[in-house]
Amino acid sequence: MKTVLALIAIALILWQTLVWGLGMPAFLLPGPGAVAQSLWINRAEIAWNAGFTLSEVVLGFALGAGLGAGLAIAMGFSPRLTAILSPFLTFSQTIPVFALAPILTLWLGFGIAPKIAMTVLIVFFPVWAAFLDGLMRTPQAQLDLARVMGASQGRIMRHLRIPAALPSLATGLRLAAVYAPIGAVVGEWVGGARGLGALMIHANGRMKTDLVFAALLVLSLMTVLFARAVNLALARLWRRYGA
Amino acid sequence: MQARVRGSAWTGDQPLFAEIDLQLAKGQWTCLLGPSGVGKSTLLRLLAGLETGVRFQGEISRDQPVALMAQDPGLIPWLDVTGNVTLGARLRGTLDASFVEKYPGGASDRPHQGGDRASGAEPPATPATRASMLIKAVGLADRADHLPAQLSGGQRQRAALARTLFEDRPLVLLDEPFSALDTRTRAQMQDLAARLLQDRTVLLVTHDPAEAARLGDRILLLRETGLTEWPVPSPRPPAAARPFDAPEVLALQTALMRGMMA
Repeated sequence: MKTVLALIAIALILWQTLVWGLGMPAFLLPGPGAVAQSLWINRAEIAWNAGFTLSEVVLGFALGAGLGAGLAIAMGFSPRLTAILSPFLTFSQTIPVFALAPILTLWLGFGIAPKIAMTVLIVFFPVWAAFLDGLMRTPQAQLDLARVMGASQGRIMRHLRIPAALPSLATGLRLAAVYAPIGAVVGEWVGGARGLGALMIHANGRMKTDLVFAALLVLSLMTVLFARAVNLALARLWRRYGA
Repeated sequence: MQARVRGSAWTGDQPLFAEIDLQLAKGQWTCLLGPSGVGKSTLLRLLAGLETGVRFQGEISRDQPVALMAQDPGLIPWLDVTGNVTLGARLRGTLDASFVEKYPGGASDRPHQGGDRASGAEPPATPATRASMLIKAVGLADRADHLPAQLSGGQRQRAALARTLFEDRPLVLLDEPFSALDTRTRAQMQDLAARLLQDRTVLLVTHDPAEAARLGDRILLLRETGLTEWPVPSPRPPAAARPFDAPEVLALQTALMRGMMA
């Protein structure tokens, strides 16, 4: 923690030195002081927008993770389904979400729906891929035993495959938690007047670069805290399963 | 006769074993001895009804369910010894804790009549009490709440043996269960298994002539050329392995070794 704080301090000093040394105008590169000031002055507006972004992230993450995990379990039951769906799911990830954002806005309007849809699109893939990978890696010795013991596929899934795949699921969720805000912010960029993405676009248009930086800072902090919360929840879940 | 596998198997175009006829006699230990790669484990898996990855032509008959114990004990890392021993009940949905608590002694999980020697016959025990008796019988009473990671290799196989006994099946398939153990632990496990699996029909797959010489009521040698029944000079004492240092056991071991090298 001490090292991290020291590194942040060094980065801030470098940043300020750069601003002074190059004599950059504030609308091109504001110094850390200007950003902090903007953060304080616009705190109410930033908080209001951050609230929207956070709710989009949380909802999109929950939906996307549920969809990804559910799909992984369904495909874990059926190799046929895996063979049929996998290429389509991979193909869906080759489309940049940035390209999809205007279309989703067109379809779903300017409200919260397209932002959540974007987040779901970003979140479900890592969750699905990691969890399915875990579900397919149950040790053969355990599966053999379960078969001989007369277990149904459902109970094998519930008592052996899912618990054994939880670390993989956790990996997917951790990745997804970090990427989730990207979906929400891209959605806000394209359509809508609320959220940190919209705030940044507007501030950028009015040359209020310090406000853009302030909003970015809040977004990053929010993402870190969200990922941390997901980690803690997973650790708790894991302990409960382990006990 | 309890079970039979008759036929031949191929891996791709390569024959794995030619026409063989493996029969297990009721209440006997049949040792299937042979080098690696001749299809011993495949035979056992065919009998267990597991995937083998080979093409088998012939017939498999077995009228009763089996229990399986293999070299990899297959213990569930997040369940303690008791949880692992009762795994079968958990996977069949008959391990209902609340049910057991409400009706102590009422939840019986015994797929076959015929006596659970370790726990005594009556009254019908709950999965939990049966498990604790079996854990005691294999000598893990003070380790019942340990996770597999906290156990030694020998203790893990003891837990696996208790789990096998918990299944209470008339036919028990042992797939090189003691191969990964050190010599002394292996000998102890052979004694323990011979005692606790008494009267059950056992197929023991092994590549160790000493193990076959100690445990086999019948010894079948599986080689590339086929399956040969090996004469066993002296009967095994009831509920025990033959002493590892008896001259006739050592002679049998040597003879089996010669047979494997031939």
